[in-house]
Amino acid sequence: MSTTNNMSAPGSFVPLTSRGKQVSQKQMSLMERIYIPAILTGLFITIKHFFRLKRPTIQYPEQQRPFSKIYRGMHVLKRDEQGRERCTSCGLCAVACPAEAITMTSGERKKGEVNLYREEKYAVTYEINMLRCIFCGDCEDACPKEAIFLTDRIVESDYLRKPFVFTKEELVEPMDPKKRIDVTKRQTPAVLKFKENKVFAHNR
Amino acid sequence: MPKVTIDNIEIEVPEGTTILQAARMIGERNSAERYVAPPTMCFYTSLKGSGGYCRTCLVKVVKGSDKDPRPMPKPVVSCRTNVMDGMVVENTINAELLDARSGVTEFLLINHPLDCPICDQAGECHLQDLSYEHGLATSRYQFERRTFDPIDIGETIKLHMTRCILCYRCVKVAEQITDGRVHGVINRGDVAEISTYIEQAIDNDFSGNMIDVCPVGALTDRTFRFAARVWITKPMDAHRNCDKCSGKTVVWLKGQEVLRVTGRKNQWGEVEEFICNTCRFEKKQLSDWTIEGPRNIDRHSVISQGHYVQKVEQRVLTSGTPNVPELAAGKNPKKN
Repeated sequence: MSTTNNMSAPGSFVPLTSRGKQVSQKQMSLMERIYIPAILTGLFITIKHFFRLKRPTIQYPEQQRPFSKIYRGMHVLKRDEQGRERCTSCGLCAVACPAEAITMTSGERKKGEVNLYREEKYAVTYEINMLRCIFCGDCEDACPKEAIFLTDRIVESDYLRKPFVFTKEELVEPMDPKKRIDVTKRQTPAVLKFKENKVFAHNR
Repeated sequence: MPKVTIDNIEIEVPEGTTILQAARMIGERNSAERYVAPPTMCFYTSLKGSGGYCRTCLVKVVKGSDKDPRPMPKPVVSCRTNVMDGMVVENTINAELLDARSGVTEFLLINHPLDCPICDQAGECHLQDLSYEHGLATSRYQFERRTFDPIDIGETIKLHMTRCILCYRCVKVAEQITDGRVHGVINRGDVAEISTYIEQAIDNDFSGNMIDVCPVGALTDRTFRFAARVWITKPMDAHRNCDKCSGKTVVWLKGQEVLRVTGRKNQWGEVEEFICNTCRFEKKQLSDWTIEGPRNIDRHSVISQGHYVQKVEQRVLTSGTPNVPELAAGKNPKKN
């Protein structure tokens, strides 16, 4: 605590901070007071833009802007080369999700389902609430099985809330090899290098 | 009473205490110094004769005692070594020892399948904690791993022998808690495995405790199998009147559903009171239990993820007109 005397004479101005600025009290000139020239100047600026050739507007959906390689849009649940679902319902995406958009229930693979699911446990239901999702991609980072990826597909708009809760039906990619969702573009050299390492059991 | 120094922290312990117990006493005395307690995979306080197999609790004794101050030549297992007066022990401050422990961890993980994404134990697994702290990011092991098919031992227990680290805790439970064990470790060395004489023969009333003492996911609850990940469930302290056991348990809830029931574990991951199979496997209704309140889970555990009930202590304001630093509770404004 400083011991200097902060008391001042009543009426005298003592600034509270050093950041205050003196307000200009200058009188307006005649040109400024008649007002119309200022209005015309503003109108001229607006009208000038009608005749500009370069227009930034894009006519979506006919036209589309180029997507970034690592655009984070709608998720996909990948299958492996043999068409088995990679997701094993480990719950790491759900725990990594900052918006708590992901829920799942898991089940045990039965004997006849070996060609459907990669591991002995699989996701019976897997839901992403796209209204909660903030498309941060943390689920993709957390996934130890390379099952979930964000893609350059856009989540379509709707009038109801219900369709935004995406189930496995929308998320799992089709079995047909020609209709698979390509996510190779977004895999950086570091990811591909990681995949080469056969020491990690899930890359085998 | 012998005086022992562990990681430069001094404590006086009763005669006959092991180094491990002394280190845990330090942790119990001051929870900020809990880190000095070495990790354990096989030692279990309530099971006689346990300990000495896994070698994760190795410590370095740099001074044997006041009478004989020579250091012990090799790292010793703290769960089987008693303290001497004036002993000086190094655990977390000795780089050589931490290296030895990571070597032990690597050996424990040699045959471990690392299938944590499908394992029900993930999130409360001691081997997971150990390898997170002391393990390598990759394995150097290049040969085929030892594999076994998972088998059902009894109605309620699943055995994944692939995950087992042969700590013998479950054998000790069967020997000491239940009357007459029907399972044990057969074969030797690399091919040793836990087995029952006749598969599906474990039906003793306290056999379910094998699940609780198992430090890995080798023995898991079949009634909880793949039901949920541990951190999605909500652990609650609960009790019921049971004529076989104390009835004091933790119920793991998902909504109003009781997914599983376990014993209450203390801060060292050891069950305080063993519970019976009726409580563990059959009482899966919320109405069977008297809920005491949410279980206090360590803040650093993944189980506390997403559980927003946090114990924030209400600050006691010392004056009637509190000033800013007092209200800000620990966030003192910077003084120029």
